[in-house]
Amino acid sequence: MAMMAMRSRMRLSFATATLALVFLVLPAVVAARAEVKIQEVKSDKGITAWLVEDYSVPIVAVRFLFDGGSSQDPAGKEGLANLMTGLFDEGAGDLDSDAFQNRLDEAGAEMGFSESNDAVGGAMRMLADEQDEAFELLKLAVEKPRFDQAPIDRIRSQIVAGIVANARDPETEASRKWAEAIYGEHPYARPDQGTEKSLGTIAADDLRAFHKSNFARDNLHVAVVGAIDAETLKKRLDQVFGDLPEKSEMRKVERVEPKLGQTLQIEYPLPQTSLQLVYPGVPRDAPDFLAAALMEQILGGGTFSSRLFDEVREKRGLAYSVSSALINQEHSSSLIIGTATRSDRAAETLAVVRDVVRKMAEEGPTAEELEAAKKYMLGAYAINNLDSSRAIANTLVDLQTDELGIDYMQRRIDLISAVTLDQVKAVAQKLLSVEPAVMILGPKLDGGKG
Amino acid sequence: MILGLLRAKRSLPAVLALVLSAAAPALADVPGKEWSVSSFSLDNGMQVVVIPDHRAPIVTHMVWYKVGSADEPPGKSGIAHFFEHLMFKGTANHKAGEFGQKVAEIGGNENAFTTYDYTAYHQTVTPSALETMMTFEADRMRNLVLTDAVIGPERDVILEERRSRIENNPGALLNEEVDATLFQNEPYRIPVIGWMHEIEQLNRVDATAFYDRYYAPNNAILVVAGDVEPDRVKELAEKTYGKIARGPDLPPRIRPKEPEQNTKRTVEMTDARVSVPSFSKAWVVPSYQTAKPGEAEALDLLSEILGGGNRSRLYQELVVKQGIASSAGAYFEGTMVDDTSFTVYGAPRGEAGLQQVEDAVDVEIRRIIKDGVTADELEKAKNRFVRSMIFARDNQASMANIYGSTLATGGSVADVEQWPDRIRAVTPDQIKDAAAKYLNPDRSVAGYLLPAQSTQK
Repeated sequence: MAMMAMRSRMRLSFATATLALVFLVLPAVVAARAEVKIQEVKSDKGITAWLVEDYSVPIVAVRFLFDGGSSQDPAGKEGLANLMTGLFDEGAGDLDSDAFQNRLDEAGAEMGFSESNDAVGGAMRMLADEQDEAFELLKLAVEKPRFDQAPIDRIRSQIVAGIVANARDPETEASRKWAEAIYGEHPYARPDQGTEKSLGTIAADDLRAFHKSNFARDNLHVAVVGAIDAETLKKRLDQVFGDLPEKSEMRKVERVEPKLGQTLQIEYPLPQTSLQLVYPGVPRDAPDFLAAALMEQILGGGTFSSRLFDEVREKRGLAYSVSSALINQEHSSSLIIGTATRSDRAAETLAVVRDVVRKMAEEGPTAEELEAAKKYMLGAYAINNLDSSRAIANTLVDLQTDELGIDYMQRRIDLISAVTLDQVKAVAQKLLSVEPAVMILGPKLDGGKG
Repeated sequence: MILGLLRAKRSLPAVLALVLSAAAPALADVPGKEWSVSSFSLDNGMQVVVIPDHRAPIVTHMVWYKVGSADEPPGKSGIAHFFEHLMFKGTANHKAGEFGQKVAEIGGNENAFTTYDYTAYHQTVTPSALETMMTFEADRMRNLVLTDAVIGPERDVILEERRSRIENNPGALLNEEVDATLFQNEPYRIPVIGWMHEIEQLNRVDATAFYDRYYAPNNAILVVAGDVEPDRVKELAEKTYGKIARGPDLPPRIRPKEPEQNTKRTVEMTDARVSVPSFSKAWVVPSYQTAKPGEAEALDLLSEILGGGNRSRLYQELVVKQGIASSAGAYFEGTMVDDTSFTVYGAPRGEAGLQQVEDAVDVEIRRIIKDGVTADELEKAKNRFVRSMIFARDNQASMANIYGSTLATGGSVADVEQWPDRIRAVTPDQIKDAAAKYLNPDRSVAGYLLPAQSTQK
């Protein structure tokens, strides 16, 4: 959906806890339909980008990712990658923080950086006729961030203020305990914002070292959409990224399977109980990935007609939101289910969810359900992924990091159509017969594990 | 506040934040007819706006009803939003869920949302499905079948929604109380989702009465944005919505007005879930609909210069220079039928206390009242507003929302299109005057969210 939260009620004055337990990253793009013409552009220095030329709105959207992310934070310096994402527009090249932001404002460009467990990424949106200045500022931010002490101290103390502010928030506490229960000692269990203590140890040299080892040409993915042609983009790629080191230096991150078959009860006297269930997932490159995605869509995917939505919300009014998701991170896969329900009926809700899952594991979906899910996935791609320049650019980078190929939008139609009912039943049984990890945040649950 | 029949897509129950700024970006200096917006009315009084955008084979179809929570009868808070949920139940022609299945079948998106002043239903689909969407949407405008069997469980869903959004969130609980204190007479004092004890009592009779009064073509606006031509929309609209009989004429939306505000009020809440205190301060100010010419535009720019982002005075002074706040800003909600609110906020960081942050915010407000704003910062704020319109054109749903919310609160297509010119015309003196006139500390409402054991603000 369109998010238009500028100057609005959504920017509440008080730190608001999200309803979600947000340690899990958003799932990878699942499906595709071909409507956009993607060009592969290779610069003189060998930097590759995917380009969609479009002149109907005079803007250019740029999206790029460097593989790595917060799982590359050195032990004891958790929160390094996240802190860094707050510093790219706080001084670069010869410009200090104020001078840089002033020029960015005058150029009318928007620049933003973020990190996940697996990557540090950036996005920029600029007016086509201000692109000289905008690309120059992007180059400075990407290649020559200053990491001056004053902005480091300021951004760090803002992050610490956020951590302290959430210290007694039950959902924050639950997220942390849940991540540790699921991922154990793996970097994915660590808080990507770090802790007050770990942030206190981070110095400018740590940021410079991380930047040098993680911002290179061999772990870079770029997509550009808008009013720019391939020849111009070639020069821009070298301008922005051409002076980065050729090779990144990554620490190895092991693959981790979520620890299932456990129950984590976090007791808190809330009027509403949050429930999360974690089942095994399927890696993006596994042969049964699309079968799993279709099954998950039927189970609790994003429509008003999933099995979970129907049983938990429509028939019983037990919850406002209930859904599932197939999560793929670089080093781990899972299928999760989440809902929030009035505390005195939480045991009933959990039992209904487990029942829906059990039935899916045993019988799989019907042929009609599979047909409907296929149609949904085929049609939803353009609507969910291609409705703006930014959305297209994000999608193209996702296709690159998932290594699906530049022609995936054409191929996926056949790939989805070819999935059989037996394949979906098999993957349902494989994933959902497993005893899940269950998290309960709220008053002590009556009726045990449901 | 905007509430919707949200589907929790994927792992995060993302809030459907189709929230529009007052500063509705418009189509300025846009050459070429592919961006021209058409508007017309059907014979039964339904307004239609078409915003062509042929970049992708996608079309966004929205129906906006000029009714929101501020139109609810006394004692029935939450009925507008509850009714929005009920619109997803069965009709005389289609079973419950059939419309949703039709949308899902083609990979479409659908949802709805309710605010103080309007309620909107929308789908994003491939253009070939537009007629089907219009057929279903027109059907539920008048043919809904409301039984106690569907009402009971859906009321439970709404109660869970309230617990999720409000009871589980101390900041949201406080915001409800701040609004109820700020607005002494206007219905904006009542939360969109409704008070818990009143939601619990909402029933079929309430829902039916609400439906029959407000859901009619002459109280609705159709907005279609995307890969479609105005002529085609007109043809389809006449074939679908055009067949519905005009409803009874609704009286003008004249609601209780605010009395003169003469006091400074504070609302304080402590909660065990809070670790760091925060505050907000709000004033009643005119909206784009109630303001004198140029005044709402001045308030919009004032909020941008004072606290609209990282370049704003509050952020630069409190967060960057003094280093006493983790956040500080201001916002103005202009796209409203009646007088609305202007809010500043902040939270301390490090050793600073809440009082220090509040004092520093007050200093910045007094500075603008005394010395006004510079020509340079006003120019930059204007540029940001005007540029935001070019970026808005990159997303058809954004455009549909801008036109829909403006029209549903009493504005016109021309208001949207002339907005950039009106912004450009604002002078530094108008900003200073607006600050002096409205941001009077003796008529404000402050809200404090405090940790449980705190005694100090």
